[in-house]
Amino acid sequence: MDFTRRETLALGAGAALLTVLPFRVQAAADDAVAEFTGGADVGEGGIELTAPEIAENGNTVPISVSAPGAAAIIVLATGNPTPGVATFNFGPGAASQAASTRIRLAGTQDVVAIAKMADGSFVKASSTIKVTIGGCGG
Amino acid sequence: MISRRDFLQVSMAASAMVGASGFGNWARLAAQQSLTQDDLLQFDTYGNVSLIHITDIHAQLKPIFFREPEINLGVGDAFGQVPHITGADFRKLYGIADGSPSAYALTYNDFTSLAQTYGRVGGMDRVSTVINAIRADRPDALLLDGGDTWHGSYTCHQTQGQDVVNVMNALKPDAMTFHWEFTLGSDRVNEIVEGLPFAALGQNIFDAEWDEPAELFKPYKFFERGGVNIAVIGQAFPYMPIANPRWMFPEYSFGIREENMQAMVDEVRGMGAECVVVLSHNGFDVDKKMAGRVTGIDVILSGHTHDALPEPVLVGETIVVASGSNGKFVSRVDLDIRDGRMMGFRHKLIPIFSDVITPDPVITQLIDEQRAPYLDQLTEVIGKSDSLLYRRGNFNGTWDDLICEALIQERDADISMSPGVRWGPSILPGQDITREDIWNVTSMSYGQAYRTEMTGEFIHVILEDVADNLFNTDPYYQQGGDMVRIGGMGYRIDISKPQGSRISDMTLLKTGEQIDASKTYQVAGWASVNEGTEGPMIWDVVESHIRKQGTVSVAPHENVKVSGV
Repeated sequence: MDFTRRETLALGAGAALLTVLPFRVQAAADDAVAEFTGGADVGEGGIELTAPEIAENGNTVPISVSAPGAAAIIVLATGNPTPGVATFNFGPGAASQAASTRIRLAGTQDVVAIAKMADGSFVKASSTIKVTIGGCGG
Repeated sequence: MISRRDFLQVSMAASAMVGASGFGNWARLAAQQSLTQDDLLQFDTYGNVSLIHITDIHAQLKPIFFREPEINLGVGDAFGQVPHITGADFRKLYGIADGSPSAYALTYNDFTSLAQTYGRVGGMDRVSTVINAIRADRPDALLLDGGDTWHGSYTCHQTQGQDVVNVMNALKPDAMTFHWEFTLGSDRVNEIVEGLPFAALGQNIFDAEWDEPAELFKPYKFFERGGVNIAVIGQAFPYMPIANPRWMFPEYSFGIREENMQAMVDEVRGMGAECVVVLSHNGFDVDKKMAGRVTGIDVILSGHTHDALPEPVLVGETIVVASGSNGKFVSRVDLDIRDGRMMGFRHKLIPIFSDVITPDPVITQLIDEQRAPYLDQLTEVIGKSDSLLYRRGNFNGTWDDLICEALIQERDADISMSPGVRWGPSILPGQDITREDIWNVTSMSYGQAYRTEMTGEFIHVILEDVADNLFNTDPYYQQGGDMVRIGGMGYRIDISKPQGSRISDMTLLKTGEQIDASKTYQVAGWASVNEGTEGPMIWDVVESHIRKQGTVSVAPHENVKVSGV
């Protein structure tokens, strides 16, 4: 057995990630969205979510959100057992309505950002971030 | 912006390449032993700027044989588009005659017999001659190296890239971007880059801790050539920490970073760039997508996926140029830049036929100096091949079939895995296999051949994961490279399906039984991206296997059944 224990664990994590995105998790994400928006319609545009297409390290994925004029932005990792990542609230004196953080992802999933605008409307952006076990480029 | 007349100039260059017009028929000339260097280099200098592009050399300093792929499938928007066209379809598309030098250079058919007619390709001393000839036409031509340069041979491994650095520095490039270079480890990469007499570029090379641009690698560099202010922006391979071992360069982060690319294009345009060139290691499909989304790029010089195309592909107002691999081709791109715009271009993919192009003696001597301390090791004959050994292809290559067989035999495994890399020259039937030949297809800084237990379910997960790196319909999720090669096992793949449902019918070949998801199998492989992988080096495993065989025979494998094409 030439694989180290650590390596086997790393591979095992990769194996697990493909099987842990059942619908119960999606339901948790939907609940979190409903709680933030109070069931209001969510539009597109006016919010930017910047994230890598493929995570270099699923344990710490850098993302940033920006929604000029927003009062608050919620970030959800829809495939995590606990989807809530962060809620950023911006006071009237905020110079910009943007934030960056790092998130942990259980596997390939959509990350969603929803902004509550000053007028009470909601806009959203989403990005698929792939978590892979890695391989071999050309 | 690009007029019909400009297109005609491109296709004229292309027909020059294929010998259908312009300066006669190369096949006939070659048959008469009269295909000349002048024929290969003929180019009517155009406009006011010349770019010379070479990429993915993989440390191949000497001439080699290199067979292009038979199977190179495209999915989504890339379906049926270049570079996902091979063989007879490729020749038909570009009007290339069967059996011609261009057929030999660009397609796989009849490779063995054409190789005997037309000989080896590449060699950095021949490349030097071509570069010198272009510089004679246009002394201030820009020479741009797309990366995967300091990796891939015995001497490169032994000298930690120094042999290739010495030779490339003598060719005097103006800028370079990166991929496998980072597998030398960040300390060594930093050391070389700090002493590099030309620009080391990558707008997407970031500091991993702070997620800010890395200081050592600049996003772009300005050059004034032919009275034109040119900005060259670098784009390193985006998925280095995923496709290669992240622990070897933990300080660095990459990614496509399309927003930053647009910001850099806007920044250089704002600073007065009249021409924007992206020197890219994205891979062709990724570059094509980026060309359609980032505005303001005139030329993308594309590397990574090793495609060689006799014409640029036009995306909006951007041309995407693909210049092959392993030193087999050099692209020359002449541009007419006026009033801050690209008014037209002329392009030629120049195949480096080693027997036709006179080597530059200065570079020949320099290459020989790099090899001299290792010559006995390099030239030792380990065995012989009865078969054509090649690597390229989405699912199989006979070199990898041989490596997979070596892993099963030498490591006593049920199943073996070999990474789907695209580098590594070919060996003709009847040719001796030297130690250098084995290292050309195996050398890397993490070549340990592991042996481990895997469940059937986990093997399936690996195949699905790698397949999605190749067949995800969104190019931004593709990593380049090919399917992991499998020995001892067969499977079916439907490339049109999503991840998780492409792979089926996994069969253990030695018993003919279906792979059981819950059963454990002995698996041998190499090139694990995980730190602490243990085992003998793959080149020693392969050498031992070939030595025992004496003469190796590798029939093309049919263990992978492909559908959804």
